Amino acid sequence: MYRIRFHGRGGQGMKTASRILGEAFFLEGFEVQDAQRYGAERRGAPIFAYVRAAKEAIHERGVIARPGLIVVADDTLVAIAAAGVMQGLNEDCVVLIDSAESAAAWAERLNLPGPVIILPAHDTREAGEAAFVGVECAAAAACLAGVISQAYLEEAIRRELAPMGDEVVAQNLGIAADAYAKMEPYAGIVRADGTLSARAYKPPDWVDLPLEGVSLAGPAIYGGVNSELTNTGLWRTMRPVIDLERCNKCSWVCVSSCPDSAIQARADGTPEIDLDHCKGCMLCVAQCPPHAIGAVPETEALAREKAGEPVCAAN
Amino acid sequence: MRRELMTGNAAAAWGARLARADYLPAFPITPQTEIIETVAQWIDAGEMNCRMVMMESEHSMITAAGAAAATGVRVFTATSSQGLLYGMEMLYTVAGWRAPFVMANVSRGLAAPITLEPDHNDILAARDSGFLQIHCATCQEVLDASLIAYRVAEDARVRLPVIVNLDGFYLSFTREPVDIPSQDEVDAFVPPFDAGPTRFRAGKPMSQAVAVLGGTPYSYFRYETHLAARAALEVYAEATDAFERQFGRRYGALDAYRCDDADIIFVMMGSFATKAKDAVNKLRAIGERVGLLRPILLRPFPDTAIRQLLAGKKAVAVIDQNISMGMGGVLHGEVSAALNGSKDAPPVLASFVGGLGGRDISAEEFFEIAAETRRAAENGETPPPRLLFTESELREIRKLQAIAHVEHGSDEAEGNRNGEGEERHA
Repeated sequence: MYRIRFHGRGGQGMKTASRILGEAFFLEGFEVQDAQRYGAERRGAPIFAYVRAAKEAIHERGVIARPGLIVVADDTLVAIAAAGVMQGLNEDCVVLIDSAESAAAWAERLNLPGPVIILPAHDTREAGEAAFVGVECAAAAACLAGVISQAYLEEAIRRELAPMGDEVVAQNLGIAADAYAKMEPYAGIVRADGTLSARAYKPPDWVDLPLEGVSLAGPAIYGGVNSELTNTGLWRTMRPVIDLERCNKCSWVCVSSCPDSAIQARADGTPEIDLDHCKGCMLCVAQCPPHAIGAVPETEALAREKAGEPVCAAN
Repeated sequence: MRRELMTGNAAAAWGARLARADYLPAFPITPQTEIIETVAQWIDAGEMNCRMVMMESEHSMITAAGAAAATGVRVFTATSSQGLLYGMEMLYTVAGWRAPFVMANVSRGLAAPITLEPDHNDILAARDSGFLQIHCATCQEVLDASLIAYRVAEDARVRLPVIVNLDGFYLSFTREPVDIPSQDEVDAFVPPFDAGPTRFRAGKPMSQAVAVLGGTPYSYFRYETHLAARAALEVYAEATDAFERQFGRRYGALDAYRCDDADIIFVMMGSFATKAKDAVNKLRAIGERVGLLRPILLRPFPDTAIRQLLAGKKAVAVIDQNISMGMGGVLHGEVSAALNGSKDAPPVLASFVGGLGGRDISAEEFFEIAAETRRAAENGETPPPRLLFTESELREIRKLQAIAHVEHGSDEAEGNRNGEGEERHA
């Protein structure tokens, strides 16, 4: 059985990647199971998806414990324990990682026992094409599995992406063909294997849970507030920017409209936005009576800051 | 007929579509929402002729479903977990009305603490409501069970609502190959609902679901509902025979897998049972005579068939993906009741609780369950109930507790951590 796991962030197309790969295996005559696992349902949150494919009926279910291939669409996920990227790594497992760094670097950093391949489209990917990382991952995985023809890969892309229109399908087909071709040197490296024997298995380290008092076993958090330590400002795609010349210092309005308490007023009523914790919901922009708060795309704001220019909203 | 990859949620939607559901009151909840989204898209595209209404809660949704079914139209609806519990008052009520419709429940563990992943405490909370329950293990079963459910629900001997249960994530968001039967074939299998005389019509006043005062009429109506649910055993058998003739797929009230010559049997419900099936195959490969018994019907409970299938076995391991606080695994209790008084009942009926809130059950754990159950059979002693939970998982909990500063919560907690620890969980 082929067991393939995709790790990425919400919005990168990991669900679509698993569906394209699953559909391609299905077209090749395999029994297939593909699924995705959501956690926090928001863009940018770690998600994973997986595909099982075999010539016989599949009874395994749920998260793949012993993958033959792990595809990582965002290398910053590797260090996040909750993303589970490293789960079930073994010497036969291939790791395909979208990264600007080398395979050797990742192999050394993570002490990886099996082969590591860099998704090579990374260097040449043009601005704006990051949205296609899902189809690149699917196409690369299809080639690495070695049993999916390019024709069926393309048919799978057409089927899965049809609702998005012909233009999107055509763009994805081009990018997939490129990724598939770049993986040719490694075609077939992923093994369809891993059947466990019931004879020599490692018994589970079951534990008898002790009864513990409610102060220990009740689901309560006694620690002080630590949400301040989490930089939720990283989630922001739009930045609210206050034009202090227009601001009439009615700060109660914007301060109380912020669902994250990320706006505070100085003694004179001038509001200040805590950009480490502003998630960019733009409620303050909508609420501001004198229309003094504008919205600037975060990428643009960062670029201006880098260039030492002031960040201000267009009028 | 065509074969496509689809999720369990899509399979449930296909069941509603092919059965030509007339009315679908809806309320969204993860992981069920894809069912009503799929139907909504079909209605919008003119592919399905159904009236769908978004209600303000599951309580209203189930009321609307029951009321519509009482007018003689075909009704489908779907919910999950907290939503099922929010509508709980009306589950009992509409079943008492004898209003037949089909509701998909996408199983998800109950709060608190809150989770999205599956176990069966939600559906088992509806166990005594009067709804019949069909538990699915694959996406194909979800589609097929939805069709079978209408045959059973609408039969005049039964006339009760049916829940088709599918596990969240493991079926709801998992695509598998599914045969989609043709509309003509389904039309032949599920003819239009004929409500007979119990049918509301404008201008023809009648009362349904009348109030009663006093134990005598109450007892009569309640027991008749029970008898109708029991009659569903036979009606289900007829429906599944007809289904097999029409579509070639066989569903019993029980799925007995490699049980005939087995001396150890796993008993398990839902999609995790396919993992047990996989383990049975691997254990058989090394000569272990192990089988799997999976109740598909939970209500009515196929007790006689269970008694017959388990007769003469050396030992049984019931693996419950649920827990009744203060009692243990629900299915273990049900199987135990079914075996009560049977002279060739297996001497060992061990209880395992696992898969709570979607916690995985590994192949090694099934191997170990088989080994522990075999040891129990050899020394003739049923082991205490066991929660499938490992040292490594406890380490993870200790880590979370440290982050939450739980150890500083109170002196009592300190005392517990250092002292007691002998009582066994589960």
